[in-house]
Amino acid sequence: MKYAAPTTVDEAVGVLAGDADARVFAGATDLIPQIRSGRPEPSVLVDLKRIDRLVGATESGGTWTVGAATPTSTLTADAAFTAAFPGLSEASGLIGSDQIQNRSSWGGNLCNASPAADSVPALLANDARAVIAGSGGERTVPVDEVVTGPGQTSLAADEFVVEFEVDTPPANTADAYLRLIPRTEMDIAVVGAAVRVTMDGDTCTAASVVLGAVAPTVVRVPDAEAALVGSTLDDATLDAVAAAASAACNPIDDKRGTIEYRTQVAGVLAKRAAKIAAERANGGANS
Amino acid sequence: MSRTHVNCTVNGDAVDFLASDSTSLLDALRDELDLTGAKEGCGTGDCGACSIIVDGKLNCSCLMFAAEAEGTEIVTVEGIADGDQLHPLQQTFLEGAALQCGVCTPGFLVAAKVLLDENPSPTETEIRYALAGNLCRCTGYDKIIRSVQEAAVQIGAGT
Ligand SMILES: Cc1cc2nc3c(=O)[nH]c(=O)nc-3n(C[C@H](O)[C@H](O)[C@H](O)COP(=O)(O)OP(=O)(O)OC[C@H]3O[C@@H](n4cnc5c(N)ncnc54)[C@H](O)[C@@H]3O)c2cc1C
Ligand code: FES
Ligand code: FES
Repeated sequence: MKYAAPTTVDEAVGVLAGDADARVFAGATDLIPQIRSGRPEPSVLVDLKRIDRLVGATESGGTWTVGAATPTSTLTADAAFTAAFPGLSEASGLIGSDQIQNRSSWGGNLCNASPAADSVPALLANDARAVIAGSGGERTVPVDEVVTGPGQTSLAADEFVVEFEVDTPPANTADAYLRLIPRTEMDIAVVGAAVRVTMDGDTCTAASVVLGAVAPTVVRVPDAEAALVGSTLDDATLDAVAAAASAACNPIDDKRGTIEYRTQVAGVLAKRAAKIAAERANGGANS
Repeated sequence: MSRTHVNCTVNGDAVDFLASDSTSLLDALRDELDLTGAKEGCGTGDCGACSIIVDGKLNCSCLMFAAEAEGTEIVTVEGIADGDQLHPLQQTFLEGAALQCGVCTPGFLVAAKVLLDENPSPTETEIRYALAGNLCRCTGYDKIIRSVQEAAVQIGAGT
């Protein structure tokens, strides 16, 4: 393996275009353990962190731009970011220990394409976009279109994610993310649930519900979103949200949770996350 | 095999070394710079025995390539004492019997130092979360937590 530290997007694209086995990385918190467990070594390790655009988070004109290699600890420490996206911030902050937090990035969490990636449901719930660079220039796509299956993305070999764009939420809008793990720290989600709602008084006027770790990719739950919109989040609505979330699951059976367990927990977490998001949207105690 | 020439600062001293591009920073510290305080417990980010401070941030040196260290300022457990004067954490770990085999200790000391530098009087819960990335297989965590609490008190009192 050869190490390369390009300082511009074009230079990085050039390295990727010149060698099909070159791989980009940010924190290497997925990459190094995978290489150590026997996955093929890339020919060139392309470190993205020396490119200015890849690191940092700024807000301008109603849109947050977050470099794809920004350590998640930078985001959770950013009070303005966390106030705008409490759920996305808490999801990002759940990735690993403090050691991992100082390295783990959204770009790596997304492009590693694990169904259990914690930041991804919350990115989808906020309609985040990925700005992707390649030999053909740059293109911007909804984050939903990046991951196509476990370990699989829609990126071409010469492409990488430069940055994410997330629009600042409208008024009375907030998100929440809950995950269940067998321990309180340092484990991979059995289920993750991100919900974002917009409230007009007691009534929900817009909703996103997204689940992680319950299917080969992160899944949106349109039936749960439809149940929330127009409701006051009464018990019947929350039961419908839970039922829709459980119905959207197509999980695996493994040592962390059986199919039945994941399916039921998905419903419970979706319902609880919806309540927290609604309280936050109305400036409630949980915000 | 490709090698990169790396310049950085380690425990206040400018150093340079040649590292193969697939070498972890942990291996470079241990094998090139003879700083064997940081240990490899797992090599996959789970145990924290390899913890070091890079540009003020806690990191697992097993999850960094040595070449990434170019231009950085690194502190390892060898750099936390003040000459012959142990860091308060080192002293309270000794007095509080917060170690048995000691393999995890350099990582705990470095992680606890980062915590106390940022938050001089952490709650027990804050200490437990801050040390969640560090595993100990023999001492048990209570003595470690108590020793960090005691060090916080001593640092606060200026002793
Ligand atoms: C101890 C430990 C605990 C963990 N806990 C969690 C957890 O709780 N939740 C969780 O979700 N994850 C967890 N992880 C996994 C990992 O830390 C996260 O997925 C992290 O966000 C990966 O980011 P990274 O920058 O380190 O990725 P890297 O390892 O640098 O990259 C991961 C993959 O994405 C590709 N990639 C990276 N950046 C880009 C880019 N900009 N464009 C295109 N491709 C890119 C790389 O080529 C590689 O295939 C944990 C890992 C460890 C070691
Ligand atoms: S050796 Fe680095 S975390 Fe275990
Ligand atoms: S003292 Fe042996 S692992 Fe902690």
